Amino acid sequence: MINALGQPQTVLLLGGTSDIALALGRSWARQPGLYVVLAARPGTRREAAAEELRSAGAEVEEVDFEATDTAAHPALIEGLAAGRDIDVAVVAFGVLGDEEQAWQDHDAAVHLAEVNYVAPVSVGVCLAQRLRRQGHGVIVAFSSVAGERVRRSNFAYGASKAGMDGFYLGLGEALRGSGARVLVVRPGFVHTKMTAGRAPAPLSVTAEQVADAVTEAVASGDDLIWVPGAMRGVMSGLRHVPRALFRRLPI
Amino acid sequence: MPDDGPLGPEVLTGWGGAVRSAGTLHHPTAADVARRLGAAGPRGLIARGLGRSYGDPALNAGGDVLAPLPTAIGPLAGDGTVEVSAGTSLHDLVRFLLPRGRFVPVTPGTRYVTVGGALACDVHGKSHHRSGSFGDQVVSVDLVLPDGTARTVTPETDAELYWATVGGMGLTGVITGARLRTVPVETAYLDTTTRRLGDLDAVLAEMVASDDDYAYSVAWIDTDARGSSLGRAVLSRGDHATRDQLSGRSAADPLAVPGPPRVTVPFVPPVGLVTRPAVRAFNELWFHKAPRLRTGELQTISQFFHPLDGVAHWNRLYGPRGFVQYQLVVPEHRDDVVRSVLEQVSRDRHPTFLTVLKRFGPGNPGWLSFPTAGWTLALDFPARRDLAPMLDRFDEEVVAAGGRVYLAKDARLRPELLPAMYPRLADFRELRDRLDPERRLQSDLARRLSL
Repeated sequence: MINALGQPQTVLLLGGTSDIALALGRSWARQPGLYVVLAARPGTRREAAAEELRSAGAEVEEVDFEATDTAAHPALIEGLAAGRDIDVAVVAFGVLGDEEQAWQDHDAAVHLAEVNYVAPVSVGVCLAQRLRRQGHGVIVAFSSVAGERVRRSNFAYGASKAGMDGFYLGLGEALRGSGARVLVVRPGFVHTKMTAGRAPAPLSVTAEQVADAVTEAVASGDDLIWVPGAMRGVMSGLRHVPRALFRRLPI
Repeated sequence: MPDDGPLGPEVLTGWGGAVRSAGTLHHPTAADVARRLGAAGPRGLIARGLGRSYGDPALNAGGDVLAPLPTAIGPLAGDGTVEVSAGTSLHDLVRFLLPRGRFVPVTPGTRYVTVGGALACDVHGKSHHRSGSFGDQVVSVDLVLPDGTARTVTPETDAELYWATVGGMGLTGVITGARLRTVPVETAYLDTTTRRLGDLDAVLAEMVASDDDYAYSVAWIDTDARGSSLGRAVLSRGDHATRDQLSGRSAADPLAVPGPPRVTVPFVPPVGLVTRPAVRAFNELWFHKAPRLRTGELQTISQFFHPLDGVAHWNRLYGPRGFVQYQLVVPEHRDDVVRSVLEQVSRDRHPTFLTVLKRFGPGNPGWLSFPTAGWTLALDFPARRDLAPMLDRFDEEVVAAGGRVYLAKDARLRPELLPAMYPRLADFRELRDRLDPERRLQSDLARRLSL
């Protein structure tokens, strides 16, 4: 159960090797007694991630998870952490891809759409059923400010996040009154493995800052946050810029 | 209302508002309880009273929740005992008893609790040093066991089940009724003595010296006071007033029953109103408004026992995130823990609106019953994530001193500390395995703490 101060006992990290997921796991593990289900592809990255969370004090169960194998998701999520409630489920997987390849190379475009949109829809449906049945719990969905107004410079990625964002906002509405809730997180530029080598955008943040904002939002019952918070104002401005002007902006 | 079947799950919260989950609420009659237990699914069932438990003992996420059974009281027997249904509130019971010149021997800070809930939490009041807790006042308990059999349990005929049920958080069976002892009173008024004391040592010394002279005793502590005035308090004590102490209007109606709340907090404000400046101002005013010493003041039952009952839904003032109550008990010689807790609260400037210190008499044999001889301190805090490290430190100090925290108020304890706080926890778990192998009785509290 999540306690009165917002501390979960069992956390599921889908895409558990991402920097943000790990920072979140570490943040919750500061309180002793955390059980983490680390769902990711098997391999050295997952082993290292599990080791990191164990040394932070958590008990870790490793589970094989392939985002694009959507047919396997229902049974997988049903069987996870048998005998335990999932207090928080974090949908943290995604790919950034190469912006120009992503709209010109058929395979790359389809793969990006599958990982960033189809797979989150697939696990979202399964998680919602499970959390609704247990009468409580939070799904944390990592969207992006890139999905709020899709830009020419990374529109394949942005469009996939826009779709995912819309799905999870709607899922949160659908789950209202069931005891389960959804938190949609829209980070700006985060310094991680995924963005390594790219020039940081203004208002960039670290994975730790994202984790802090998310743990606070889970505790306070928010359903949508921007990280950093100032992004909310920026994006609400950008959303209303006319297209003719928008395309000339250096973003 | 008969049980028409579920309307579908609804979100329920504890009184503190900081924990919530969805369960399916049923409105049963006593005859439905066994059937409901038989039909409980994998998430089980828990009985709920009037929802005054601060934390999660009356929540059952994804399972069934039984609303209180209809009120049923009486008649009053010649020996002063009375048979009541578990859903009867202490408010209704007091209104039944007072005109007959009787009163409940133990009442917590609100009358809006049910008898079933009071037993399951083994609640205490300002009379613990003389009267013990609720479970000490019970002649017999009617229980429907998880397998559906009804049983009337007394401390004499089935001590094990009785003392597992008193304070057992509703997990040994569904309590459907009880026979309670009552005490004679001449009036509905309290003859009170109020004393303002400048620091913690003075408060502790005064309570040790003379608590036993009064039926009721409680100290309100100003948690904003620091340094040499740390722990300064208003000590309020009383006894039931006799008829010859009344005059004027009170003499005309000496057994006047308490009424319903006069004011209501109509909605949850978007932000909590219990903020540091507000609390600071309140504490300052409350302390200085109290007299240095005033004796012989007559107060009504509501004024003396249940001041917050005058404001319906006062818990809403804490805003959407709610609040947590922290109540500890430590042995009498470990008053250093009380001091340490007060020091940390005042140093870290956490706003606490109502901090209350009492001196418990000996505890009863209840396996998970909270009271035990010593000091009990209760504090409330607006729920915030950054409270966790401080409250975790308190837990460690309390355990090291041989004390415990109160499960009826808890919503955040780390489960691994529980066996040290409640030495009979292993027996309790073993009994549940025996009585309820399928776990038909479950609650969020039981899940969170692996009861």
